[in-house]
Amino acid sequence: MLLNLMKNLLRSLGVLLVTTFAGFALMFGNATGIASSVLGIGATPESVQAKVVELGLDRPLLVQYWDWLTSAVTGDLGRSFYTGQQVSEALSQRVPVTLSVIIPALALTALISVLLGVAAAVRGGGIDRFVQFFSVGGTAIPNFIIAIALVFAFAIHWRIFPATGYVAFGDDPWQWVLSITLPMLALLVGAVAGGAQQFRTAMLDTLGSDYVRTLRARGMKEQPIIFQHVLRNAAAPGLTVVSLTMLSLLGGAVFIEQVFALPGMGRLATDAAKISDVPMVMGTVMVTVVIVLVINFVADLLIQTLNPKARMR
Amino acid sequence: MTSATDNRTTDGRAVRFAVLRKLVKNPIAAVALVWFAGVLFIAAFAPLLATGGPNLTDLGAANLPPFSDGHFLGGDAAGRDILDRLIWGSRSTVMAILIVTVVSVAAGVTTGLIAGFYRGRFETIANFLVDVVMSLPGIVLLIALYALTGPNLPVAMAVFGLLIAPTYYRLVRSIVVSVRNELYVDAARVVGLSDLRIVGRHVLWAVRAPIIIQSSFTMAAGIGIEAGMSFLGLGDPTSSSWGIMLQQSFTSIYNNPVAILWPSLVISLTVLFLILLGNALSDVLQSSARSKVMPRRKRRAAVAEAQAAITGSPVDAEPAELSSSDDVLLSIRALRVGYPRSDGGITEVVHGADLDIRRGEIHGLVGESGSGKSQMAFSTLGILPKEAIILGGSVLLDGHDLLTDSKRQREARGTRIGYVPQEPMSNLDPSFTIGRQLVKGLRAARPMSKAAAHAKLVGLLERVGIRDAERVMSLYPHEISGGMAQRVLICGAIASDPDIIVADEPTTALDVTIQAEVLEILRGLSEERGLAMILVTHNLGVVADLCDTVSVMKDGLIVEKADVDALFESPREAYTQNLLASSRSVELMEIEQ
Repeated sequence: MLLNLMKNLLRSLGVLLVTTFAGFALMFGNATGIASSVLGIGATPESVQAKVVELGLDRPLLVQYWDWLTSAVTGDLGRSFYTGQQVSEALSQRVPVTLSVIIPALALTALISVLLGVAAAVRGGGIDRFVQFFSVGGTAIPNFIIAIALVFAFAIHWRIFPATGYVAFGDDPWQWVLSITLPMLALLVGAVAGGAQQFRTAMLDTLGSDYVRTLRARGMKEQPIIFQHVLRNAAAPGLTVVSLTMLSLLGGAVFIEQVFALPGMGRLATDAAKISDVPMVMGTVMVTVVIVLVINFVADLLIQTLNPKARMR
Repeated sequence: MTSATDNRTTDGRAVRFAVLRKLVKNPIAAVALVWFAGVLFIAAFAPLLATGGPNLTDLGAANLPPFSDGHFLGGDAAGRDILDRLIWGSRSTVMAILIVTVVSVAAGVTTGLIAGFYRGRFETIANFLVDVVMSLPGIVLLIALYALTGPNLPVAMAVFGLLIAPTYYRLVRSIVVSVRNELYVDAARVVGLSDLRIVGRHVLWAVRAPIIIQSSFTMAAGIGIEAGMSFLGLGDPTSSSWGIMLQQSFTSIYNNPVAILWPSLVISLTVLFLILLGNALSDVLQSSARSKVMPRRKRRAAVAEAQAAITGSPVDAEPAELSSSDDVLLSIRALRVGYPRSDGGITEVVHGADLDIRRGEIHGLVGESGSGKSQMAFSTLGILPKEAIILGGSVLLDGHDLLTDSKRQREARGTRIGYVPQEPMSNLDPSFTIGRQLVKGLRAARPMSKAAAHAKLVGLLERVGIRDAERVMSLYPHEISGGMAQRVLICGAIASDPDIIVADEPTTALDVTIQAEVLEILRGLSEERGLAMILVTHNLGVVADLCDTVSVMKDGLIVEKADVDALFESPREAYTQNLLASSRSVELMEIEQ
């Protein structure tokens, strides 16, 4: 178990290094491009060259990456090319906004997906067809279109929720709830559609296994079989579904923040990319990767504690 | 898998036509195909179909409602015709899905082929990279890319293609690994075909169906990401794409709310139809892979139809004789079991079989695999797979039919009829200790205290030859051997003192030495407790060793039933003679070795 943990940790670190380096090389590789886009259209080649030196882009790539990495470890992700703001400071304002939408969305997705998936797998019939139908529709329609539809219905037609904006939980909890409800719903549709379907498959796989047949043959009733044995064994694939959902929520949040004008990290990345504010974009990429890796790590950990085979070692 | 390889013998073109015909028969798939073809057509002939260029503005048409004169879907905030822009926009959509599909298929399939065929270090590295790519939200990387390239749709779509190539990689790699191990690939190697030709001829053939199916999902994802990027403002604002239209109409949502409807509708429908097309394709191309549970109403109709079909048939006209008398414990009468086919019909696998088990009798049920013997065994316990349909007949326990009385059947499980499965390991729940699952099962059948159940089970485990029973009770299934697991399962079956045990190939999965021990245990238990037993097996040696009576099953029918000695001395049916002869020749071969 401990060995597995260490292996996982090393692997995650490997992924983090590979992705940040790839991102870094991609973005910082084009020094003159960055400099001229920072300076704008009227820049002369000389001023571009000067800017390259000023931003430190003339040094070898590996040196730049090493610099970035060593300061990133201490929490210093550099400064914005434009506003001079600390990237870490900007992120500390933006990341909580995104998380305050996707963490409730993740929790609700897990809950609803499990309920729907279990009902569909166990009951079959109408509820099963509904889940199948919903999972096709929900995954097909892009979440920003669902978001727009929600804005239409609940912010413009019936003015129940605000169409845009964000209120921090600390400022006014009720307003916070109102401001994240529609964004969360928009994310929820697609996530539940995928999650319920996958959880249904996990349940069906377990329900069809040999030991469930044997338990039935021994005279155990259906309910304890499902709630004690099947759910317990479907939990591991279920956790994998949850960690994959987190990935899709992080991606989806980028669009949702655009629709609802939420000041989250997705918008930060989009806005920074439009003006080639490379350190800022790099920072959001890194934070996203770290969040994904942490979630995967925790999910792996839980799966291992659930599995008696892994627990022993 | 098998469907892909079976098709190889038939003419490729004929197969393609058959697939197309089946697709068109499915109404949803037909509509989806028409829609997709329509989008392609419009993109190809946009200059002819549109009344003006994509950016032709007519200030008078600004925010015009739909169905206005000359502007069928109205105008947008800048006075451009919405229908024209949709027509022009289909071009960037089609370009996006082309690039995404070509890049992802090319990258994913080639790497998957190489990794699956040659394995080794390439596979290790590729697997790691795939894990890396799949653990990132693609859109964040595309945004990062934008910082570098600015609005450049083709490059963004190519990169997105690389980001979803891992789906193809995984798909192809796993198929190639399994195809590679199949005999015909070995044969091709021996004959001296080069790797390239083997890949081209055998491997590519096996992976083509899954690739086609996956590609329609890839196209759907491509449309979504193209629209999404444009919606974020990361597209080229001067071009006309559905995503750009969505973004621009979203900014003027208060002035002209209807305008946003059209791009939303077109994007959603195109994605939806591609996904439905993919589902339909996988139904058609891989139909053999799944057997669906029939809806209740269809199921009832099928049973009624099957019963109507047999009235007056010889099976029904000649009532099966009840052998001897009231010491018959369990009797199966005219049992018929079927499974739904993908075309809506039913394949019958047991065609009216009879079987009588007397008290204390060990009754062998022999036959080749697929003859329906396990189906008979499962139906006595009501543990047939979910999609199975009982088309007729009865299972009488003490004269009461269990098939029509599900409550009685449930009560009979464990208490009257016990079950010993074939695969010992997969029949124990991996998440619970042996003790916990045995105690639970016993208490479900016979209410008693946990301590009493525990004590009883420890005693039984010792009886079947497990020495440190207390310790074994605290172990998880993966910590014990197959032979021990089978003893545990036998205990699970007899703990609740049933009258009859249904044993489904109880020794097939075990080592030869352990097989003999397990058979000895079964015989001993039967004698001690007067247990009757249905022993399903294809091994005539086991039958000769253990059984009192034998029924021979073939193609869903009992073809011969006799005392074990009589059967071995003078088999009546030709099929039984063949079965005996072939098993003797196997024995001879074993001796010669």
